[in-house]
Amino acid sequence: MTRSGIHTDDGTMIEVRELAKSFTLHGQGGVHIPVFKRVNLDVAMGECVVLAGPSGAGKSTLLRALYANYKPTGGAIRVRHRDGWVNLTTASAREVLAVRRETIGYVSQFLRVIPRVSALDIVAEPLKHQGIESSRANEAAMALLARLNLPERLWHVPPATFSGGEQQRVNVARSFVRFYPIRLLDEPTASLDEANKTVVVELIEEAKAAGSALVGIFHDEALRAAVGTRVLDVTTFKQAA
Amino acid sequence: MMPGRACLSAPIRIFVSGGAARVMSVPLGHPRGGRLTLSDEPLLAAEGVSHMYGGVLGCAGVSFELHPGEVLGVVGESGSGKSTLLNCLSAQLRPDAGQVRFDIPGRGLTNIFELPEPERRLLMRTHWGIVFQNPRDGLRMGVSAGGNIGERLMASGDRHYGNVRAQAQRWLDHVEIDRSRTDDLPRTFSGGMQQRLQIARILVSKPRLVFMDEPTGGLDVSVQARLLDLLRGIVRDLGLAAVVVTHDLAVVRLLADRLMVMKDGQVVEEGLTDQVLDDPHHPYTQLLVSAVLTP
Repeated sequence: MTRSGIHTDDGTMIEVRELAKSFTLHGQGGVHIPVFKRVNLDVAMGECVVLAGPSGAGKSTLLRALYANYKPTGGAIRVRHRDGWVNLTTASAREVLAVRRETIGYVSQFLRVIPRVSALDIVAEPLKHQGIESSRANEAAMALLARLNLPERLWHVPPATFSGGEQQRVNVARSFVRFYPIRLLDEPTASLDEANKTVVVELIEEAKAAGSALVGIFHDEALRAAVGTRVLDVTTFKQAA
Repeated sequence: MMPGRACLSAPIRIFVSGGAARVMSVPLGHPRGGRLTLSDEPLLAAEGVSHMYGGVLGCAGVSFELHPGEVLGVVGESGSGKSTLLNCLSAQLRPDAGQVRFDIPGRGLTNIFELPEPERRLLMRTHWGIVFQNPRDGLRMGVSAGGNIGERLMASGDRHYGNVRAQAQRWLDHVEIDRSRTDDLPRTFSGGMQQRLQIARILVSKPRLVFMDEPTGGLDVSVQARLLDLLRGIVRDLGLAAVVVTHDLAVVRLLADRLMVMKDGQVVEEGLTDQVLDDPHHPYTQLLVSAVLTP
């Protein structure tokens, strides 16, 4: 969906309108689980919106909907992609894949380990997909893994046997190795120590300074205060069951 | 950037039933090199593909488009019609209704079942590859490993023994089979090695579209992981388009961009692979996803 000229100057990157999501579980006799409704949200370049609310309020569901991983029940999610706008709720699979490739970066809580692929290759892969030469992609990946204090002896090992914190650093590095106009962060520091949390704060600040629009879930109060520009309380959109 | 699709014409010898050879020229265009960008023209288009076995439904009314560089996964349990669909798409089975159209360089989307038989067979050999679940269906068991790979090259016109052998060995390296096995018969190989040899045999002729029927079926879990990693690398590096039929959701999670879920011969749900697996809507898809130990 292209709407050129409407939002060219105010820096809005994400526009959520009247978004609703519920789940129907057919296996459990068709039980209906409402999550949220009437979510409205604008996120501009350089902003970091923090999703807040207790466990089960729908923070991750909203974040996953913004990545088109979950299909909303109603409403629209428009993101600025290339020179126009794409509505993720109506876009084709190919359009969504293009948006994910170029525009939206997503850091999940857990690394999805790919058999036999080394940490270094996992981190360098997004750059190689952009057509960046292999040696330069590897250099950038190594620099970031070093910055996140991942021991060099682990770089050439598949992360399946890594600790939670080590896997999470690989996950963070894979996303932050390149620029994304929009970033979605689902507890990127949940299993990190203080030193590495500080590195993630720096990475987030650098992304904001570079003009990315960020939406994140951070349970860590200090981190939230450090990077958040605004808080969205997801409980206000709670659907009556 | 996708390089312009070079259309080379190669003389190909077709052996007709009488044993006489005739030479025909076919375009052998391969979009090669670099990452493929999104192309607006589909490579393969299925419209209402249906097939019945007597009174029994195989698949019904299946439609989709596949673009260059895209991998489509088809999942469903045994008897859901996914293999019937694959056989129709890959011209091994003629659909009772519907069309399968393939982008032939210089001609555009062409109904493959309207092509004369020799042309369709040539298309299958030069533009397509089919990875069978049982490697014995895709390999020639009485021919050496090197011969199995070289045969495809010779079928598309290469006649220089040294070239053919060198290329065959490069592909053995690529699929992680030791060069010292070049002259061994496939029956001396393990199941996983046979499957990798089959893949080398198919990819050596640089197909634009690959059909895979349960590519990891019947293999040990560790061997599956190795094969999946190999397939993933090859699909990404060569920008191949592929249709992968499997009952294994982990396989499509790793390989497929898009997913179709089949039940009783029909597509009940389709979309982005992670969307269908993480937020399934159809009761059958929910059942399928929840039945997996580690999705």
